[in-house]
Amino acid sequence: MFGFDAIELARIQFAFTVSFHIIFPAFSIGLASYLAVLNGLHLWTGREIYLKLFNYWKTIFAVAFGMGVVSGIVMSYQFGTNWSVFSDKAGPVIGPLMGYEVLSAFFLEAGFLGVMLFGREKVGARAHFFSTLMVAIGTLGSAFWILSVNSWMQTPQGHAMNDVGQFVPVDWWLIVFNPSFPYRLVHMVLAAYLTTALVVGAVGALHLLRERTDKGARVMFSMAMGMLIVVAPLQIIAGDFHGLNTLAYQPAKIAAMEGHFDSHPEGGAPLILFGIPNAETETVDYKIEIPYLSSLILTHDLTSPLPGLKDFPADERPPVGIVFWSFRVMVALGFAMLGLGIWALVLRLRGTMYDRKWLHRAAVAMGPAGFVAVLAGWITTEVGRQPWTVYGLLSTTDSVAPIEAPAVASSLIAFIVVYFVLFGAGTFYILRLMNRRLEDRIPLTSIGPIRTAGTTPAPAVDDNFIPTE
Amino acid sequence: MEFDLAFIWAGLIAFAVLAYVILDGFDLGVGILFPFMRGEANKDLAMNTVAPVWDGNETWLVLGGGGLFAVFPLAYAVIMPALYVPIIVMLLALVFRGVAFEFRWRTTRGKFLWDVSFTFGSFMAALAQGIALGALVQGIAVEGRAYAGGNWDWLSPFSVLTGVALICAYGLMGATWLVMKTDGPVRTMARRMAKWTGAATLVLVGLVSLITPFLNPLYLERWFGFPNVLFSVMVPAAILVAALVFIKGLRDERDAWPFLATIALFVLSFVGLGISFYPYMVPPSLTIRDVAAPDESLWFLLAGALVLVPMILAYTGYAYWVFRGKVDPAGGYH
Repeated sequence: MFGFDAIELARIQFAFTVSFHIIFPAFSIGLASYLAVLNGLHLWTGREIYLKLFNYWKTIFAVAFGMGVVSGIVMSYQFGTNWSVFSDKAGPVIGPLMGYEVLSAFFLEAGFLGVMLFGREKVGARAHFFSTLMVAIGTLGSAFWILSVNSWMQTPQGHAMNDVGQFVPVDWWLIVFNPSFPYRLVHMVLAAYLTTALVVGAVGALHLLRERTDKGARVMFSMAMGMLIVVAPLQIIAGDFHGLNTLAYQPAKIAAMEGHFDSHPEGGAPLILFGIPNAETETVDYKIEIPYLSSLILTHDLTSPLPGLKDFPADERPPVGIVFWSFRVMVALGFAMLGLGIWALVLRLRGTMYDRKWLHRAAVAMGPAGFVAVLAGWITTEVGRQPWTVYGLLSTTDSVAPIEAPAVASSLIAFIVVYFVLFGAGTFYILRLMNRRLEDRIPLTSIGPIRTAGTTPAPAVDDNFIPTE
Repeated sequence: MEFDLAFIWAGLIAFAVLAYVILDGFDLGVGILFPFMRGEANKDLAMNTVAPVWDGNETWLVLGGGGLFAVFPLAYAVIMPALYVPIIVMLLALVFRGVAFEFRWRTTRGKFLWDVSFTFGSFMAALAQGIALGALVQGIAVEGRAYAGGNWDWLSPFSVLTGVALICAYGLMGATWLVMKTDGPVRTMARRMAKWTGAATLVLVGLVSLITPFLNPLYLERWFGFPNVLFSVMVPAAILVAALVFIKGLRDERDAWPFLATIALFVLSFVGLGISFYPYMVPPSLTIRDVAAPDESLWFLLAGALVLVPMILAYTGYAYWVFRGKVDPAGGYH
């Protein structure tokens, strides 16, 4: 159908459903933690504003979480419907890990979600905080197990093969804590926190642009920018370590990310900033490169050898163009996040963080950046591990279910239509919820000291600083 | 000690599926009955009886699928492609109804659209699940370690019958749930619906039960072979008792009885299925033992399940306890 065969359609379907799904957890992992912090701060300080913020974000969380649940149920059945051979072979190893995800995380989230959303008056502030905490822990537990599964597929160990061709567990510790798991887990959880910080920051900035005396907006914006300046540098460091790990276990993926067709046995590989990888001529056209930098980043010295794509048989190389570009999008956005964090920190130290409209505009523009970076990162790692489902052991073509192309094509079209319509509506409702005001201003008189407390007199002459109302 | 892990797991998965059918059954049922309710406020109230618990309920479906993948990967790998169409329809239907819980409160102009989405999703999910069940009972063609049939093998008069039966049964579940959880006009409407869906369910479940033993000689032997018949005859007898409790509860206005009787009806039907299936997981060719993962996998997950399942039951119970009793129409959640 449309020139695609069943396996291509199944791949597109999995990529589509999982890409849509990851958007919701990437947001709800961070937001659940943020809600727990807000709830805890209210319990601890007794300040009403934290409860107001909690209730504000709670509604948004509920909408996003509902979409995460339903798109997640789809995922738990996609393995069987479209990748049944993979399920049969890898089920004994990854199935129990996913079983643990459901038992230890999904139930925890779902069980306490009702109390968190609807039960505050019924159970009291403390039990309500506890419920919020359980939801947050559930989302993190879910990330733990699902990334363990994904990491085992990328860097499998601790298993043997049985006589019917199944992977069978030998050492669960080695399976769960496989070589790439710690890096991937840290990288993803930080990504979720960054994504949420950027969204919360964008909403805060939006309301500051409208009304800089908006108290809730100030708290949101301040917390988000604080989070950003702590997490963005950590994420860049975590990404670097993750890269070293990938080089050790999946060198072909690194070669594709870097656009290195030729190997550099003596080290000294240049960093290709931009260019157009051409898989046919095995060159990168129009490239701009910085000498030695790739070796420096990847091996932390100048002489260690770096493999290139030509070291691998042509049918064991990942599609280089997609990986090359998605990786660059992710890295560029990561540094943009760091830039925003630094900018906000500098203005915070000068005491003008709530007044500089260009900072707020930048924060609004960066609101969706986390989602884009998460998607780009996952595309890099998932396309980069092709042509394998279990790296080096089970190929994607040998994993697919015996479903005929028309059935896969119809279901794919159905998923595309339904997801765009329903999740499009959900996104619209979320944006509308974010557009709501908290209707809580700080009295204008109290702005005076904040203004004069600035280390620079600049805001005093800034036209934008004059209240609009 | 002879300790057969595969059969323990078969019991646990069966428990998860039964828990799902009962728990999501009543909230799917509320969706199925939605178009027969009059008045915005009444619909809001009906929705609010399930809003705090629906996604906990649906998590049992994830456990059913995920558990099957974990401990019976071959069954998962055979059943999912065989039931490709009903499974995909069910998943999409669950998306339609799952989003409606939140979306309908986020708009006034578009509210009716999400009510339609809620009903449509609930209806299609019930139909797809019923059809999937019927197709599984009929049997699945297997060759080697894979499904060997076509895209439409699941469709038959029998599977459509089980689909319709499940819609009625979920409707009954929803109606008796609303009788138990509400007062006033919603309860009055629900009592009327409980009568209709109750009668329809008993007829359809009876019909399905009569046909099932004749689909497969194995089922016939299970049910009517001696001495099995001495035990299997107890199932319809118990169903009769449940039906009487249902009628008496409805008549005497003991509002929890019809719901509990309906749960009993589901449990008994499920036991009936178990009698037919045992020891097969994918009739007519794969037994529980054939499809089980190696013992290392079964042990690893069982260790966690023994600790975590009681905890899950405890805090799920807590969540239901928090929202116990009749739902207060004035205590608007949103």
